[in-house]
Amino acid sequence: MRITVCIKQVPGTSQVEIDPETGVLKRDGVESKMNPFDLYALETALRLKQRYGGRITVVSMGPPQAQAVIREAFMMGADRGFLLSDRKFGGADVLVTSYTLSQGVRAAGDFDLIICGKQTTDGDTAQVGAELAEFLGIPHIAGVCRIEGADSSSLTVVQDLPLHRLTAKIAMPCLITVEKDIYEPRLPSYKLMCATSDREIGVLTLADLADRDASHYGLNGSPTQVKRIFPPEKSDRQEKWDGPADALAERLFKYLDEHKFLQKLG
Amino acid sequence: MNATYGTFTDADLEALQTICGEDRVIPRDRIGEDFSHDELSGIRRYPDVLIQATSAQQVSEVMKYAFSRRLPVTPRGAGTGLVGGSVAIHGGIMLDLSRMNRFLELDEENMTLTLEPGVLLMDVAKYVEPAGLFYPPDPGEKTATIGGNISTNAGGMRAVKYGVTRDYVRGLEVVLPDGEIVELGGKVVKNSSGYSLKDLIIGSEGTLGIITRATLRLLPLPKHRISLLVPFPDLPSAIRTVPQLVRSSAVPTAVEFMEREVILAAEEFLARKFPDNSADAYLLLTYDGAAKEEVDLAWHTAAEICLAAGALDVFISNTLERNESIWAARGAFLEAIKASTSEMDECDVVVPRKTVADFVQFSHALQRKHGIRLRSFGHAGDGNLHIYILRDDLAEDAWKTKLAAAFDDLYARAAELGGKVSGEHGIGYAKKPYLARVTGEAETRLMAGIKAAFDPCGLLNPGKLIPGCEQPPAVRQSERRVRKYRRSAEPPEGSRE
Repeated sequence: MRITVCIKQVPGTSQVEIDPETGVLKRDGVESKMNPFDLYALETALRLKQRYGGRITVVSMGPPQAQAVIREAFMMGADRGFLLSDRKFGGADVLVTSYTLSQGVRAAGDFDLIICGKQTTDGDTAQVGAELAEFLGIPHIAGVCRIEGADSSSLTVVQDLPLHRLTAKIAMPCLITVEKDIYEPRLPSYKLMCATSDREIGVLTLADLADRDASHYGLNGSPTQVKRIFPPEKSDRQEKWDGPADALAERLFKYLDEHKFLQKLG
Repeated sequence: MNATYGTFTDADLEALQTICGEDRVIPRDRIGEDFSHDELSGIRRYPDVLIQATSAQQVSEVMKYAFSRRLPVTPRGAGTGLVGGSVAIHGGIMLDLSRMNRFLELDEENMTLTLEPGVLLMDVAKYVEPAGLFYPPDPGEKTATIGGNISTNAGGMRAVKYGVTRDYVRGLEVVLPDGEIVELGGKVVKNSSGYSLKDLIIGSEGTLGIITRATLRLLPLPKHRISLLVPFPDLPSAIRTVPQLVRSSAVPTAVEFMEREVILAAEEFLARKFPDNSADAYLLLTYDGAAKEEVDLAWHTAAEICLAAGALDVFISNTLERNESIWAARGAFLEAIKASTSEMDECDVVVPRKTVADFVQFSHALQRKHGIRLRSFGHAGDGNLHIYILRDDLAEDAWKTKLAAAFDDLYARAAELGGKVSGEHGIGYAKKPYLARVTGEAETRLMAGIKAAFDPCGLLNPGKLIPGCEQPPAVRQSERRVRKYRRSAEPPEGSRE
């Protein structure tokens, strides 16, 4: 099975500041890591490879330093890696990111299955997987929480929906996005790190893609613009109550009731 | 009932309610079941009264009263102990200090934190880390109180590099058994001013005085941290690697060993997979430091040492999520083992580092010898082992016999290797016979003498820790004092001698 996994480099902590003027994440001096949700995608690919054989290709898009996450994917067992990196790709919105990835995935070679994480921890849109599938013209299923199995032409998966679970058979080539905890991701291996330290990472620029029209990429090609981005308001207000347990319980009940946290039964 | 203690009466209840307020003094029939035992030892006894202390002054008044009435007093933090240390085995007063849980001062220039004893360990890190400071002791039980940690001289995972609780206590405010409040140590870094009474209190398990305030020493927070999970074909080869790691130029912060069976138990307990469970044994190493380059160099060196020593691979845990997936399981080992059996008891010996492999192999062999299931994990880097003996479906008699036989073997072997009865959980009540067995006459005499100097009536946490010290050692002196209070026919308020 030829599997392509899309991965992204994100800030290493969740406490990243946002520039209130430009609405851009302040990445300077912040350590980065592979998007935690992508670890589940990569692990799913590794399990499928263990079971059915094949080859795992990872594709990422970002500045040259994003090669680090591809190296990390090698340390987990990925076979090949490509980085879409070109100044002309900069400033892409969700739609154009998905388009650029679709071009990159094609340039990276044939595939039977694309696996994406549920979402990223910095963008949080959870749209790239579905949009990528649409650009590639292949079927997709989001929110996969279990892989039942595969045959030569299809994959059977379980989709986690809000009120039920759906088992579906999907024809390959196809794309799935996987839920967190589908498998516990393995840790990067030092042995693989040593063994893959000189493995080449394919860098894909605009010139390497089928569609070389620069106006389809980056900020200029993006139909949506971020107008404002801001952290949600947080309240650190605390109240400390002291007193006998019975009185405290009564007071807490009253408080919760007044603030509409309680619902009358029956 | 021990005849040398006063019998708790309704009048005592009333007097204590007057001192502390009615809400804070809970009579026997309203004491929650939790307060009759600790986390493991199987020792059960309700106190006659539970007092939720809120200040050192209150603790002092309670002690004065208890002293006048010769009522035993058992101090208690979060009750997470494993050896019965906080169980009121003689009844009397239980002094719950968990409500004294305020942070009093973060002194960034002196790098100290002053707090009340009821603050939970897990809250200490949260409090100091935003200021770029670090309290290194890291016992597995994060819901324990700082007072409890000090009282047992708790160790934890980072002992290899940073030492134990004792190394981070600068000063203590302590209420003595007669109610007097003393300040021991301070914010000073050095101190050669007489006996270190502060250090006597640390690890004394509430038998000498009641800690009502502590000043802890802090370090700059290491900015970079990485863990390595290292699979080995078997436990001996894993443990044999430890001395090389500790001796190498890069000192690890933590060196834990774990076996596949325990990992599987944790997976089942947490309903969550560990990142790897393919090998029989693992070392879990942590490195930290101020600079990334320093930490990188350290772990690369360690990785090479491990591979040269026969490790199957070296897995790298360098993000929050990865660390969490490992340490969540590590933190659940005790509970997971507990959940896998009907009853268990533990042995918390510490042996010299180079004998760890020997001791672990010895303990494994006991499974066959005594026909009993045994699980272990622990701090390979500092020689402190946690060996759990599991009852499973053994009948009461067989369990008791086998447990005692296994304990006898374990403690005897530890002593042969130059080890000690407890590395970090303390002696409490449960391990007293084993401490007694290895403590010489002179040492016992000294311990009893220290106890008598602090607590002449033997009121504080009676029946704990000190070999053969079941009875109050200085009855006569204490009777004289008690008579004095009785003559005054007043509550003992302000009647300190």
